[in-house]
Amino acid sequence: MKKYFAMMMAAVMAAACFTGCGSSSSTEGTEGGDGATTEGGATIVIGGIGPLTGDYATYGISAKQGAEIAIEEINEAGGVNGVTFQLLFEDDQADPSTAVSAYNMLMDDGMDVSLGAVTSGACIAVAEESQQDGILLLTPSGSQKECTQYDNSFRICFQDPDQGTYSAEFIKDNGIAQKIGIIYDKSNDYSVGITDSFEAKAAEIGLEIVTKQAFTDQSNTDFSAQIQAVKDAGAELLFLPIYAQEAAYILTQADKAGLETIFFGVDGMDGILEKIGAENQALTEGVMLLTPFAADAQDEQTVAFVEKYKAAYNATPDQFAADGYDAIYTIAAAFEQTGLSSADDEGFNEAMIAAMTEITVDGLTGTMTWTADGEPSKSATAVVITDGVYKAYGLE
Amino acid sequence: MQSKKTVVSKMITYGMVILAFVIVFALDQSGLISRHMRSMLVPIGINIILAVSLNLTVGFLGELTLGHAGFMSVGAYAGCLFSIYTADLLPLAARFPLAMLLGGIVAAVFGIIIGVPVLRLKGDYLAIVTLAFGEIIRSVIINLNFTGGASGLKGTPQDSTYPITFVVILIMLFVIMNLVESKHGRAITAIRDNRIAAEACGINITYYKLLAFVVAAFFAGVAGVLFGHNYSILTAGTFDYNMSIEILVMVVLGGMGSIRGSIIAATVITILPEALRFLEDYRMLIYAVVLIIVMIVNASPRFTGMRDFLSPKTWIAILTKKNNGKEAA
Amino acid sequence: MNFLMSLITNLISGLSLGSIYALIALGYTMVYGIAKMLNFAHGDIIMVGAFAVIVSVTSLGLPPVAAILISVVVCVVLGVAIERIAYKPLREASPLAVLITAIGVSYFLQSLALIIFGSNQYSFPKIMTFSSITLGGLTLNGETLTTLIVTTILMIALSLFIGKTRIGKAMRAVSEDKGAAELMGISVNKTIAVTFAIGSALAAVAGLFYGTTYGFINPYTGAMPGIKAFVAAVFGGIGSIPGAMLGGILLGVIENLSKAYISTELSDAIVFAVLIIVLIVRPIGLLGKKTNEKV
Repeated sequence: MKKYFAMMMAAVMAAACFTGCGSSSSTEGTEGGDGATTEGGATIVIGGIGPLTGDYATYGISAKQGAEIAIEEINEAGGVNGVTFQLLFEDDQADPSTAVSAYNMLMDDGMDVSLGAVTSGACIAVAEESQQDGILLLTPSGSQKECTQYDNSFRICFQDPDQGTYSAEFIKDNGIAQKIGIIYDKSNDYSVGITDSFEAKAAEIGLEIVTKQAFTDQSNTDFSAQIQAVKDAGAELLFLPIYAQEAAYILTQADKAGLETIFFGVDGMDGILEKIGAENQALTEGVMLLTPFAADAQDEQTVAFVEKYKAAYNATPDQFAADGYDAIYTIAAAFEQTGLSSADDEGFNEAMIAAMTEITVDGLTGTMTWTADGEPSKSATAVVITDGVYKAYGLE
Repeated sequence: MQSKKTVVSKMITYGMVILAFVIVFALDQSGLISRHMRSMLVPIGINIILAVSLNLTVGFLGELTLGHAGFMSVGAYAGCLFSIYTADLLPLAARFPLAMLLGGIVAAVFGIIIGVPVLRLKGDYLAIVTLAFGEIIRSVIINLNFTGGASGLKGTPQDSTYPITFVVILIMLFVIMNLVESKHGRAITAIRDNRIAAEACGINITYYKLLAFVVAAFFAGVAGVLFGHNYSILTAGTFDYNMSIEILVMVVLGGMGSIRGSIIAATVITILPEALRFLEDYRMLIYAVVLIIVMIVNASPRFTGMRDFLSPKTWIAILTKKNNGKEAA
Repeated sequence: MNFLMSLITNLISGLSLGSIYALIALGYTMVYGIAKMLNFAHGDIIMVGAFAVIVSVTSLGLPPVAAILISVVVCVVLGVAIERIAYKPLREASPLAVLITAIGVSYFLQSLALIIFGSNQYSFPKIMTFSSITLGGLTLNGETLTTLIVTTILMIALSLFIGKTRIGKAMRAVSEDKGAAELMGISVNKTIAVTFAIGSALAAVAGLFYGTTYGFINPYTGAMPGIKAFVAAVFGGIGSIPGAMLGGILLGVIENLSKAYISTELSDAIVFAVLIIVLIVRPIGLLGKKTNEKV
């Protein structure tokens, strides 16, 4: 008898798994936030994918939350052309294969426009699928070149190599330093991409790279050896093409080791003030970074966004949140441009893709237009952290 | 000579896989299957191959290894690079099987290189050394240029389909089940049950350990090739120790030494996190809870009735008892 | 001279990293030695301990001593509860089943922390500050020195506890043969619970020092140090308490020296390669006990 019971249990478990899978489509709408209630009007379903759990969770969660704020705002204002927006956001743990599963699930749930994926690798895998479906893909933060290799794919953030090139030029043009040390994340495509282009540009314009130190995701908390090497090499400036999380470790350990260089980061370093914590704020004094978004900016749009974000999630928004927010507004703008009345209209996908190169979006991360390659044209500004506040370079 | 019981058991395993395929295929043809479900068919198949092959070392040989993802990644990169360079030269029908064969062979060669020195270690020491090898492979792949480094390898043709995966599963089952039933297989299980006694009986321990290890590595490599050809990008970060552990979870959950158990467990473990997506933020939490509960129910002596439900013996016992019209005790 | 100075500096940083590994490995190896199971969730208990300190100090405004005590109590209760709920039912099952359950517990703690605290990293309050010692151009971090001293004291205390006390004797008996120990009137359940309580208290201490040394905690902070400490424990001979300390310190020093003098890109690979070579030469770890197999 026991064994029959056991088999029954097994069958029930297996059945639960399968039905759980099938019924997932019926739960759609639970993620859309308060603004997603549709009252008879048509809805455009935007599907996002990003790491909500795992080591990279912080990036996915930020992008999701930024996007949620935008959705809420647009829907509160009555939507676009009478159409409201709904956001479905799925977890991929920054893994390409999981991202593809999530993408297919979103397609089952009626996704009209894809936000691609938050991380590059996952985004490239998703871009391949979306190209076959022909829907518009607009990634908030997939920075590798291949993320937008197809005609249907666009991005909000910078492409990796651009930032490296721009950083090198900026350092040279402003005469900030001549001897450069680099600490970068060898296991991260974003970091490697920027480092490569930075090195190439530096060689071209005559900046001297005195040392280049790597770390990986297996050892990203102890940087004493790298910092010692930078110190020994006599670098004047330490270029950090990495994310804020590791940068916080490096800044605190550099302080302990007595490393006194200029620190220069890129857009991934945004959020450093939050990550390093109030009691370590003094360590960020004089840190420079290139960023298209600064949570401390005083323009009306940013102030309003930061206020709402803090109220909703009890955290300061970072670069990823701003990218997510801008992505939703860009999709709304593209839809407005098409003049269509719903996502079911004929030629919706083609019209959306065509609209992307026609619109200009004044977002949190700058005023953007897009080329057919999917690249946004916008400029990064260099800021210097002064007394825990971002100040534009030269004005501090 | 195989006993009638094992023949029946093997037939049940084949039958189960074929039946599952036929059902899925029919559902797919009639459009009744969701895209989400459909996109998981190849990953399920890949995990079945990984779990059954790992079962050969963990279940049948009784050696705990945590480097299966390493072999998978070596195979994946070898097969994908082959496909990228021969994409214009060879037709799909020739290229893909060759890529799989190549991936398997490269993984097997790594299996020999790693297996010869480390297989004399035991238990947790072997586990940690294989884990270390897996991480070394990952680290080296990130540092090589032709593998795409951290950016990942792009441009592999997406050739993996679930019917192809199904065929590979059948081939793998044929090879592994025959190996297990053969004289070699009995030598392998003898080593597990009592190494010293086996040695005393004249069984060449090193040879048989290596045999199981290399066959497992070969199929892990093949699974890697299938994996690489299922996505447009291959990143080394995918193959970290967590992946090896996940495959181990499938083996342990399915029952050590139970091929059918591995197949079922691989399916359940692949579907579970996807099926739990409706839980949103609580997905991984509930996944962990389910994993713990299932392990306790499955392995605890208190739940003896359930413990063996995945093993062939129980199934055969149930079937034969049914035939006799007797009530199972 | 310059090279020598930089070598010594790198050695000291290695020591600093190694002392943290050693501290974590102590708890790992202690639980393994007695209960014969790999508690994969050990690293995550460290994370919980560190969060307990953060919450006590930052949110509740408690003094450091109270925060440390709370952290130890939280970890001990958690450790014993985990053992009771997740591991005890599996005591007669295969070690692998327990291993998988431990991995499940590890996922559980990480996910729970993610839900409660979010994915952002928290900075660890500076409740212990140590002044550095400067000796002719060389700086020795106060944290490093304290971690080393604390780890050494704990190692000796733990060895004495297991070697000399009644409970320690019971622990050794349980580790040797549970059935026979039970027949001798030793409560196996109680002994294993005490083992987990001590192991988890060690995790709380490790969390405290990890937080003080590196300054930041997030829900996944415990995972990587946990794995590294596992490696360290095996390196030193798993189950051996002095071995854990030796293994941890060597691992830290090797990791740091390979970063400094060979390649930061390949340092992970080098560390693992050294481990493999040591284990191939000495399959029971540096200080592991050799057991003879019988038919």
